Amino acid sequence: MQQTQIVQDEVQSSAPAHRLGRAIVLTSGKGGVGKTTTTANLGTALAHRGARVVLVDADVGLRNLDIVLGLESRVKHHLLDVLEERASLDEALVPGKHSEQLFLLAAAQSREKDEVDAAKMKALISSLRERFDYVLIDCPAGIELGFRNAVAGADEAIVICTPEVAAVRDVDRVVGLLGNRFRPQLVINRLRPNLVKKGKMLSVEDVNAILRLPLLGVIADEPDIIVTTNRGEPLALRKDTPTGAAYHAIAARVAGEDVPAPMPAAPKVTILERVGSLFGARRA
Amino acid sequence: MIDFLKRLFGQSSSSTTAKERLRLVLMTDHLELSPELIEAMKRDLVDVISRHVEVDRDKIEVNFERQDSALALLANIPILSVSRPIGNPTLVPVETVPSPTAPDVAQPRVRKRRRRAAKKAAATSVAPASAAAQ
Repeated sequence: MQQTQIVQDEVQSSAPAHRLGRAIVLTSGKGGVGKTTTTANLGTALAHRGARVVLVDADVGLRNLDIVLGLESRVKHHLLDVLEERASLDEALVPGKHSEQLFLLAAAQSREKDEVDAAKMKALISSLRERFDYVLIDCPAGIELGFRNAVAGADEAIVICTPEVAAVRDVDRVVGLLGNRFRPQLVINRLRPNLVKKGKMLSVEDVNAILRLPLLGVIADEPDIIVTTNRGEPLALRKDTPTGAAYHAIAARVAGEDVPAPMPAAPKVTILERVGSLFGARRA
Repeated sequence: MIDFLKRLFGQSSSSTTAKERLRLVLMTDHLELSPELIEAMKRDLVDVISRHVEVDRDKIEVNFERQDSALALLANIPILSVSRPIGNPTLVPVETVPSPTAPDVAQPRVRKRRRRAAKKAAATSVAPASAAAQ
């Protein structure tokens, strides 16, 4: 109860009455491309910039965002509790571990996606926009009801794509479904510059020659992301790492700052390694 | 080493294969999304052919088929009669070579692209029609 009170105070005291926040849905169509990781990291980076951010896990039935943020033990109420008025918004908002500006609204774990009422979802996102600068909605995979509910209250979209044929195809479909209203922007995730260089992976240019979307940035496929996810601490907390910095650059671009889109570079290869790889030796 | 040799002998990289597959699959996807477009093309095709021969409008089949490096439009148009002699009256235009589609053409999003892609893709080949002379 005490904790709830704190949430309430913070949220209310920081709520400007005049300006609505931005509701951005993060979507991809295909599963497993990094929607949840991107939501957690972008939210963390935006909060670090001083913005008030709420992350909404719209993946009802498969709650994950709490895990990535390390907040799984603090979730007491969820999205459907709020939509069905069993809990107030203030009771359900979980404050972030590392920032007082970041909050999570968790998905229901033991419910189904079709139990969400799109109109109520829309109303909820509207009321969140009154309290926060950014409402980031983590969309479930697929293009069915769960997708439609997640998109219902959003007014912008960020699409996440990996450099794979299936992922690009699905993003193409999702962008077609979204239409122009959401002005979708692109994050390319899990790029391996080494493979691109060797002609074994689609490049950023290849992907965007097809999708033709404004590019927010590119995130490399890094072991660091797995490690930080294991710990429940988004990599964006570590601005000194290349990938952490990349998330911060993406956040800056989302906020409208004119910084270059982050682009991972292929690690330098020594002559010895190059000779080695010529004879079949594999680099780690 | 094998990679190096493959590159040396001009074998295309897997990313090139991926790019090509992606281009084709999207073209098919976009076509599948607009049956009204296929109908319109079917109508136009028949109108053109009808200027020279009488065709059976009810038995026309139009399909898209993926071939090696292009998407082909295959039309089966039964001909009822040759209404106007065009050179050799028994000879019906059989096939035009499917031209590979231009891969680097800028394609605007949404509907427009589908239409354009469709037109570009439609390497028309009128399948051997059953020419039934009167």
